[in-house]
Amino acid sequence: MVHTYACEGDYIAIDTGSGSVHLLDNVAYDAVNLINDGKTPDEARAYLANAYCDDDAQVLDELLELKAAGLLFSDEPAVDAQPAGDVIKAMCLHVAHDCDLRCAYCFAGTGAFHGQRALLSLETGKKALDFLMARSGNRRQLEVDFFGGEPLMNWDVVKQLVAYGRGLERQHNKVIRFTLTTNCTALDDDVAEFLNREMRNVVLSMDGRPDVHNRVRRTREGGDSYDSVIPNALRFVQKRGDGQYYARGTFTAYNLDFGKDVLHLADLGFTDVSVEPVVSPDSAPYALKSRHMDAIMAEYHRLAVELARRRDAGEPVNFFHFNVDLDGGPCIKKRVSGCGAGCEYIAVTPEGDIYPCHQFVGEKDFRLGSVLDGSYDRAKTEPFRASTVLTKPACAGCWAKYFCSGGCAANSYHKNGDITEPYALECAMQRKRLECAIWLYVTARK
Amino acid sequence: KHIQTIKAGLYGGCGEC
Repeated sequence: MVHTYACEGDYIAIDTGSGSVHLLDNVAYDAVNLINDGKTPDEARAYLANAYCDDDAQVLDELLELKAAGLLFSDEPAVDAQPAGDVIKAMCLHVAHDCDLRCAYCFAGTGAFHGQRALLSLETGKKALDFLMARSGNRRQLEVDFFGGEPLMNWDVVKQLVAYGRGLERQHNKVIRFTLTTNCTALDDDVAEFLNREMRNVVLSMDGRPDVHNRVRRTREGGDSYDSVIPNALRFVQKRGDGQYYARGTFTAYNLDFGKDVLHLADLGFTDVSVEPVVSPDSAPYALKSRHMDAIMAEYHRLAVELARRRDAGEPVNFFHFNVDLDGGPCIKKRVSGCGAGCEYIAVTPEGDIYPCHQFVGEKDFRLGSVLDGSYDRAKTEPFRASTVLTKPACAGCWAKYFCSGGCAANSYHKNGDITEPYALECAMQRKRLECAIWLYVTARK
Repeated sequence: KHIQTIKAGLYGGCGEC
């Protein structure tokens, strides 16, 4: 399978089976598309000789050489697609089901996950980390993401759990990669100092331009939040040094020109930015719909062109969804299995309940067990374990499958009622982002 | 030449990522 597309005058071919990327001239572009359309090499050669000239028709020889080398029209790799093992290596730890903001689009129901507002106790948090250690098998690299709600509303417990986790590292000869997501309202210098010392990544929630941010990210009292969070976040980033962070926004139907929000955040001084499509019920007034797709695709394109210009001017912006690692990317098993939700990756609530990931929290049918009594219903994890990009019918003919890994199980469930049926709009946006990302890769090297 | 190969060719399974 070969995917071809044109971007800003560049003709690009992506070979699904090998992951190869080729830059084509217009003759080669036509040649690849003729083969894609079912023409034999001889038929394509005759067509090209007529459309261009005999010399140009020799492009078929180049195509056949690349095919023989396994770099074009290649067979897909044989993958040992056995389900993931029993180990759990990553945990989204909900330290607060409460929040001091009331963001309109919050999938967590403004922090409470559609239940009661609650904070994780230190005792339950310790049991969660003990559960992770006990279930991690021979994995040495573990991850714990402090999440909410707003984790800083339970700050003392976060600090104590990090200290407890450091003790577990020494005891079990493992490494915990702590991360945290915050809305930045309480991100003062003391918090920043601790985060910079202990967190491998910090996700800073903000949406971009002041009017865009304030329209949806409201305070408890219904006021604007932009002016109170941006200075905190900027001060934090200035102290962050080389530490990883992302200024992480959400775009909705209210700001289909979200590229301007990415650039606004970059212009403020955030060099690592992620602005991602909202996940919401279709009934929400800000929900993304099919009718918005043309505008979203055009906006991704405009953003890619501007980011290429900034890169070439020596002012690069790291936009998370245009990251694609073609030089040291993940292994084939990771590409096939994706995020690991429901098997390698779980979420734990303040009550100690276990769910496949943070997006399933509150969905009682998906409750897997409890860290309080150590229960864990392995049978409920089986659908997640067995679901890979190779088992999803919608992914079979998709050129992007080894880059996207089959999409988000929670989005699939919430949109289609089935974790194995990818959400079509998510797929369309993912493919467009990959086209942009690979074009950026190509233009940096051609 | 009509085609420039920018990146040629998709270890692992250790589960540490």
